[in-house]
Amino acid sequence: MDHHGVESLSHELSLLEQISSATNRRRFLQWAGVTMGVALISGCSDDGPTGLAGATLGGGDVGVLNYAYALEQLEAAFYTRAVATPYAGISGAELAILTDIRDHEIVHREFLKAALGTSAIGTLQFEFSSVTFSSRSSVLGTAKVFEDLGVGAYNGAGKLLTDANLLLVAGKIVSVEARHASAIRDLLNPMSTDFAGNDVVTVSSGLDRALSPTDVLTAADPFVINGIDATSLPTS
Amino acid sequence: MSNDSNNVPVLDAVDPELLHRTVDRRAAVGGLGNLAVTAMAAASVPLALGLFSKRAWAQGGLPTGIRDVLNFALTLEYLEAAFYQQGLAASGLIPTASRPVFQQISQHENAHVALLQSVLGASAVTTPTFDFTAGGTFSDVFTNYTTFLALAQGFEDTGVRAYKGQAGALISDNNVLTVALQIHSVEARHAAQVRRMRMQKGWVTGSSTDVTALAAVYANDNVTMQAGVETSGFVNANAASEAFDEPLSKQAVLDIAGLFIVS
Repeated sequence: MDHHGVESLSHELSLLEQISSATNRRRFLQWAGVTMGVALISGCSDDGPTGLAGATLGGGDVGVLNYAYALEQLEAAFYTRAVATPYAGISGAELAILTDIRDHEIVHREFLKAALGTSAIGTLQFEFSSVTFSSRSSVLGTAKVFEDLGVGAYNGAGKLLTDANLLLVAGKIVSVEARHASAIRDLLNPMSTDFAGNDVVTVSSGLDRALSPTDVLTAADPFVINGIDATSLPTS
Repeated sequence: MSNDSNNVPVLDAVDPELLHRTVDRRAAVGGLGNLAVTAMAAASVPLALGLFSKRAWAQGGLPTGIRDVLNFALTLEYLEAAFYQQGLAASGLIPTASRPVFQQISQHENAHVALLQSVLGASAVTTPTFDFTAGGTFSDVFTNYTTFLALAQGFEDTGVRAYKGQAGALISDNNVLTVALQIHSVEARHAAQVRRMRMQKGWVTGSSTDVTALAAVYANDNVTMQAGVETSGFVNANAASEAFDEPLSKQAVLDIAGLFIVS
């Protein structure tokens, strides 16, 4: 498929970029104080019908960042499609919101890739056949799921990080995901309580969701063609 | 979600029976194609329980550093809760169509106050006395909806930055850190909604604001260098700024809050 061809090319370019970003990589590793991870792309995965390589997230803070990187790749790919082929009847304001969100997710994705350097997983490939990109309710409904999932994922992953600077960066990202979730939810159900709805914010405590990587990756799995090996992620 | 759990006292929420009923109800209404709702409810329960557990700090109470952060957070939540309570009580201030939004926000801020008070117990600070006119700067805050909205945005965006700034101080306690993050993202949901009701983007671009008296809320929010990576080249500088919300120091937050605190 053309789409996959483009992503394969993108994958190769990203590898080249990783190779050429030794300076960034060294700076990150020194700064983060993390143990140098090994390259994480499996060369012999038989995951899925296309035989694509799986992605091994790794352990420690690197693993957690790779987990975030996988999610940001998913979100960026989704919004790139949604903006490239806007749904029928989309308003200028709605297209502007989706475009902004696409750009933010690309920034998150590229930031994490650069920060991870050679420890970054490869470019994942996605399948969005369950999404009707010509349909407003399908696109915004999917966006809502992804944004809420992102919020819950980062909220649940904070405790897995050991480096306070990385925790801060994760905090800088998660509130933007929550802003996205709020905006998408308000597009779906304007001026209701849904921007911070009772389905995601527990009424009695006022707390948003915090999700485990297992739950998040299970939810994301239908969209991810590559297998993701999260077995080495920290659990606390 | 039905309203029957809306007025559950926070302490009742730790009753396992009630929690399980809540989870079951969520599972029952979760069949809308929404992923992981059930898993979420189940996952959040032990965290809340852990935080509420008196046994967690049975020996000597909360560590000082964590207690200080939580009291700092409680002060902010007092401010927000009082602000929305007074706003909702002000006759003719909030248009009928906007009341559900502010009732929801108010309910969350009240819950945050109760949650933090519960955790802090006898160590909890008491509520300050507030002057939301800030000595006259916002003299029509409870009679002019435009002013009220502007302050609401300022408080929510401040809340986001405040919690973020304290995350590192909570890194030693997984339960408290997680709960703080779970409040933090709710503040961000609020902030985006209020901003959009003011015809602003839901996210913060650069460090500018249309409310000059609240400039400190957005100070240095235009950062594009993250963890040694310059992010402005990935899309553009605006997207890079919007994609990361920046923290505020405790002192910077207290300076902002101090505008509205009489004693």
